[in-house]
Amino acid sequence: MVRQYETVFIMTPVLSEQQIKETVKKYQSLLAESGAEIVYENNWGMRKLAYPIQKKSTGFYYLIEFKSEGEFIAKLETAYKRDEKLLRFLTVSLDKHAIAYNEKKRSGGMRKQQEAAMAKQEIVKPKSTEEVEN
Amino acid sequence: MANETEIKYLTPITVETQRKKYCRFKKSGIKYIDYKDADFLLKFVNEQGKLLPRRLTGTSNKYQKKVAQAVKRARHLALMPYVADLLK
Repeated sequence: MVRQYETVFIMTPVLSEQQIKETVKKYQSLLAESGAEIVYENNWGMRKLAYPIQKKSTGFYYLIEFKSEGEFIAKLETAYKRDEKLLRFLTVSLDKHAIAYNEKKRSGGMRKQQEAAMAKQEIVKPKSTEEVEN
Repeated sequence: MANETEIKYLTPITVETQRKKYCRFKKSGIKYIDYKDADFLLKFVNEQGKLLPRRLTGTSNKYQKKVAQAVKRARHLALMPYVADLLK
């Protein structure tokens, strides 16, 4: 069954820019070879880690969202495990709410929605107090 | 007449009006809790980085499970600490 997945991996900060590109490309081609369709990619760049991993305090984050068969995930994760350049990785399958959330976030409609929700709550509150008084 | 029935206290009594807790996810219609949004998840942990119980946050059981899952994922990716002092 084809499902949508999201994978994040953290590369060691000792890599050069060229090596980072190569590593990312390696996984992109691995995805492409296995017939996975890349939906979205995002390079978070260098980030500080919340706690040290392998005595490193920073890492390069990279996120890929893709559609593929479930069997491919095991293959991807073994590739991750064998890779010494990676500190951490996480692959999660996305349900329909997650897909909707990610799409909304990408289109930039997230903030507006939140503001609208906040405004709504503010409007609703005084009304209810009036009703009580009446 | 009214004065007779009125009871006077030496110290003003403090009436605790506890606001009803509510699940913020149900109220604002949030269906998915993003593990990548560490700033948001910070609301659901105490200053040691431990998950806050439902009885304090008012989150419904359904969403508490999702919050817990998201926090654990965020910790794995080093977006949030497993243990911390004075996180806030």
